[in-house]
Amino acid sequence: MKQHKPIMSGADIFFECLRLENVEYIFGYPGGSVLKLYEHLYDVDFLKHILVRHEQGAVHMAEGYAKASGKVGVVLVTSGPGATNTVTGIADAYMDSVPLVVFTGQVASHLIGKDAFQEADIVGITRPITKHNFLVRDVKDLASNIKKAFYIASSGKPGPVLVDLPKDIIAAKCEFEYPDTVELRGYKPTIFGHSSQIKKAAEKIHKAKRPLLYVGGGVIMSGATDELKLLAKENKLPVAMTLQGLGAYPGSDELSLGMIGMHGTYWANQAITNCDVLVSLGARFDDRVTGRIDKFSLKSYKIHIDIDPAAIDKNVLVDLPIVGDAKHILAELASELTEPPATDEWWEEINAWREECPMEYEKSDGLLRTEYIIERISEKTKGNAIIVSDVGQHQMWIAQHYKYENPRSNLTSGGLGTMGFSVPAAIGAYFARPDKPIISISGDGGFQMNMQELITAAANKLPIKFFIINNNFLGMVRQWQELFHAEKYSFTDLSQSNPDFVKVAEAFGCVGMSTSSVEEVDKLIDKAFAITDRPVVVEFKVVREDMVFPMVPAGASINDMIVKRLSPKLM
Amino acid sequence: MKRIVSVLVENRFGAFNRITTLFSGKGFNLHSISIGGTEIPGLSRMTLVTSGDDKMLDQIIKQLNRLIDTVKVVDLSKEPLSVRELALITVQYIKGNRTEISSLCSIFGGKVVDITSKTLTIEITGPPDKINAAVNTFLPYGIKEMARTGVVALKRGEQVRANEQEFLPNNS
Repeated sequence: MKQHKPIMSGADIFFECLRLENVEYIFGYPGGSVLKLYEHLYDVDFLKHILVRHEQGAVHMAEGYAKASGKVGVVLVTSGPGATNTVTGIADAYMDSVPLVVFTGQVASHLIGKDAFQEADIVGITRPITKHNFLVRDVKDLASNIKKAFYIASSGKPGPVLVDLPKDIIAAKCEFEYPDTVELRGYKPTIFGHSSQIKKAAEKIHKAKRPLLYVGGGVIMSGATDELKLLAKENKLPVAMTLQGLGAYPGSDELSLGMIGMHGTYWANQAITNCDVLVSLGARFDDRVTGRIDKFSLKSYKIHIDIDPAAIDKNVLVDLPIVGDAKHILAELASELTEPPATDEWWEEINAWREECPMEYEKSDGLLRTEYIIERISEKTKGNAIIVSDVGQHQMWIAQHYKYENPRSNLTSGGLGTMGFSVPAAIGAYFARPDKPIISISGDGGFQMNMQELITAAANKLPIKFFIINNNFLGMVRQWQELFHAEKYSFTDLSQSNPDFVKVAEAFGCVGMSTSSVEEVDKLIDKAFAITDRPVVVEFKVVREDMVFPMVPAGASINDMIVKRLSPKLM
Repeated sequence: MKRIVSVLVENRFGAFNRITTLFSGKGFNLHSISIGGTEIPGLSRMTLVTSGDDKMLDQIIKQLNRLIDTVKVVDLSKEPLSVRELALITVQYIKGNRTEISSLCSIFGGKVVDITSKTLTIEITGPPDKINAAVNTFLPYGIKEMARTGVVALKRGEQVRANEQEFLPNNS
């Protein structure tokens, strides 16, 4: 007997699909084209809708939620401006491979292409910045498209998927059936690595004198951090991490070399230049990591493990590609490597580099510097907080000085470098991990790019700590102006135009505090953590013209680092 | 060097645009593109003519493969191929040279498909070289208008697809 399928409206189908996908939170903003969905949302009790103040904030929140939890972040916005406001967030998620499903309202099907009120071709606009997108053209396709969207977003190399929902589709009715599986003949991600390639990699690592693990965000996404630890520990392999890879391996462990790249540690960059076997794990040889590409790690045999076949040979030609999921490949690799390589001499070299150029900063003048604040936060939270950084100098100082102990605790906009990421992403992270301390750290510039979301945090009584590193400058741009642009500080000085951040905090229903004193840092951090019923904004007024070192200038090779400021007048 | 890439793609809303967007977004060259149905329901074949070194071609193939709507991507550059293009060329004639143009048309194996008091429209099919040669031949008479389809190509002999079943949807 044929089973009876219920007749449901598009709106009911929409929420039923979200329920079956175990969606807990939607970050959204209502509007004309999605009124019908919001009408139904009113009675939905299995998920919570977080009302944002700007749609870009909704996407960053969904990113923060996804990065902290490993689940898919979900966004719901209206057509036209609602949809276009999501573009920066979607591009950010695409660059950093964050699994999102973004639902946008659309004008009714018969109005598409007529320049209707609040119409924008969001599917066309987002085609190059989504892993895939759908315009639902028939209510009968709605359930299967949503199923595909969640599957595509979360499988393989994760990424954002957009589903555009015309107003009439949401209102139309059809039989509802949620497919159990997804069949896409053009999309079959490779999960298991090629066994003979893995064997070959194990042999190369075993024979290596100077092996190096170069670890990216893919290891965290794949949930392969335990496998990584096992492989590194049993073979005493040095672990260097990319910005997104931080947290994949405990930062306090002796095998950790910290971050690699433009503002990486001197020893990590020396190690990648001088290693003889380079094992790239879930990383993509980004230009911030390689520096000048024709001088990059010339002595090494390169093994590239990545789930995305297109990452292989994209920037750097490799000797041994292994396409697949890092978790499986690392486990197999560890079991193949029965005897560790002899790395004692290599460690001596690495430790000599550590001593040659340690991570240092000026302390003698008693002025407040970002490095000190980050060190204090790192110590007080024992590397166990979720740190959501923004983009710029403070982001690099966090990467250098915060000792991440756990995966999914380092949330930052790496690929796109989106200022304004931190405040909303921290809110999303809270919903994923309410059990963890959530610390948002922004510069004074980036903070103002999405500070409207403070009210979202306050309205939900979230005990998030919003720290502002205020040097009254767009610090990283200022640094480049000083070093490479003839000291023309063109439009980077905000000292005459910054708001009073304490008043801003209070106006948005948060507690506001401020200090410029080294002695008060600990006290204010403790005070901030003592407040648990609402958000706290703490402004740290730091030295104005500090610079991030060491640094590889653009176009230089990665071991060619500026280690300190050449003109001490400004220190 | 010109390269030919054959792509089996889902015949879905926006799928072709996704491919051209990829080429412009990644800075890949695209000289011609032709799209048409195939023997498999729901799939179209795109024949792309591009150019670039081996590294770029490797990326073109991989990036095309990465798209959800592409089912099979094959580099045909180094394969024995059947390559064809079709051109419609409207050539002007004056009193006395119409027969001359017609016989040149036959040399290229072309057909006259339309005629007016001043022009002949000629259809020529063949590899792009042959079309180019024909165009150069007719140029001195005055070409009023021309349309070319872009290249379509298939590997000679054995099928490009290893197994037909592989691409059929499960429910069919």
